[in-house]
Amino acid sequence: MREILTVSGIRKSFGAHEVLCGISLTVRKGEALAIIGPSGSGKSTLLRCVTQFETIDGGAIEVDGETMVATDSSGAVRYADKSALRRIRLKVGLVFQNFNLFPHYSVLRNLMEAPVSVLKLSKSEAEARALALLSKMGLSDKSNAYPYQLSGGQQQRVSIARAMALSPEILFFDEPTSALDPELTGEVLKIIRSLADEDTTMVIVTHEMAFAREVADNVVFMDEGAIVEQGSAEALFGGATHERTRQFLTRYNR
Amino acid sequence: MHGIDYPLLLRSMVRGMGTSLSLFGLTLAITLPLGLVISAGRMSRNPVVRNSVRAYLLIMRGTPLMLQLFFFYFGPYYIFGIRGADRFTMAVVAFGLNYAAYFAEIYRGGIESIPIGQREAAEALGLTRSQTFLKIVLPQVLKRVTPPMGNEFMTLVKDTALANVIAVSEMFDVAKKAASGSVSAAPFIVAGAFYLAMNSVVEQAFRFAERRLSYYQ
Ligand SMILES: Nc1ncnc2c1ncn2[C@@H]1O[C@H](COP(=O)(O)OP(=O)(O)O)[C@@H](O)[C@H]1O
Ligand SMILES: [Mg+2]
Repeated sequence: MREILTVSGIRKSFGAHEVLCGISLTVRKGEALAIIGPSGSGKSTLLRCVTQFETIDGGAIEVDGETMVATDSSGAVRYADKSALRRIRLKVGLVFQNFNLFPHYSVLRNLMEAPVSVLKLSKSEAEARALALLSKMGLSDKSNAYPYQLSGGQQQRVSIARAMALSPEILFFDEPTSALDPELTGEVLKIIRSLADEDTTMVIVTHEMAFAREVADNVVFMDEGAIVEQGSAEALFGGATHERTRQFLTRYNR
Repeated sequence: MHGIDYPLLLRSMVRGMGTSLSLFGLTLAITLPLGLVISAGRMSRNPVVRNSVRAYLLIMRGTPLMLQLFFFYFGPYYIFGIRGADRFTMAVVAFGLNYAAYFAEIYRGGIESIPIGQREAAEALGLTRSQTFLKIVLPQVLKRVTPPMGNEFMTLVKDTALANVIAVSEMFDVAKKAASGSVSAAPFIVAGAFYLAMNSVVEQAFRFAERRLSYYQ
């Protein structure tokens, strides 16, 4: 299967603090990759670099065969031109930990805004697409509701639908259930699981180990800005080879 | 003591009201958009722009509006030896520059109170910066600035009376002259009723606006 995301040796510092110290990974079409690791290990920063919210200090990122950024032999980091970056951005969907729905728009309008004003779809096309996604999320009856009228789990499902409304090649989730009450995580995980079953290409940062084990094809364990270990979900959860990984997993499996 | 010529008084008071209302309306027409531009300058990443705007805001908010009226009306003559524009125009300039400073800070408060996640979500969806501002940020800012703007509007209604210091024939100026000519408090009572009536319209309008914007939280 073709590679949708290729991250090669990326580095990122905030001031003197190196937060990503040479991260490399690939995600192929249809694959679900889980990123796990203690808080502060750089997982969000990695997603933010790939989704163009942070610029990198070294390394390269390729999305769907197109170079987003590369570093030449002299060490200079070169980003693609604006139009390429924009094209790449539209191939990438991002689901935030705290949803970030637009509070002044109805659920339907949240889902239609980007297809209409970015992809220039007609209103009726965008609406049809939005309604189909809402029914998939089990939220058909909420299309006219405003975000404040929804539970956290429902809001997160809307925000997943909103990201999918642009039909991205790859979806990124940054701790999609961390802002939710425990009894609401299930409905969101169920949706992500169903996306995985349809071979949606995804990268999921999560602290839900059982979920990661079940849904992810591959798993990356990060600590202090570096990848300690990566492999298939079975291999990593079944028998991690690094002491640090094992420690982390036992802490979470209690 | 002579009786008051009521028809004449009424006519001049109606003219005064017209002048007060024009001052109010023109000031808003200038300051509502200008305040937004100034708030952008206040938040600029360029330190020269940002600090110049900060100095402007300090001067406008830190000195009496009455003094600013004097400055704009008499300043051109005393400093450059030239005649400035007419009284009314210079009053509009002074009110415009003064109120734009307050509006700019209200806008800035509103803009900075919108969580960064809103902008990031819009950007992640591919909206351009101007689309993000116009469709996502600005509508939410307008909701948040409505209550403090209501305060400012009501203050402006009353502040228009200050234009009398450069002898603009607005409501208060007319009332003052009528009162001293007739030795009667009636013109002041009429003026007071006028400001109160105008502000009750402002208050109603803001109540309506807030209700219209209450469909989301
Ligand atoms: N904008 C920033 N400025 C400075 N430091 C940051 C910034 N964002 C993240 N960091 C730091 O980078 C490190 C990694 O953070 P993050 O990527 O959020 O970790 P994780 O998502 O794994 O919890 C932390 O030490 C954090 O304090
Ligand atoms: Mg994080």
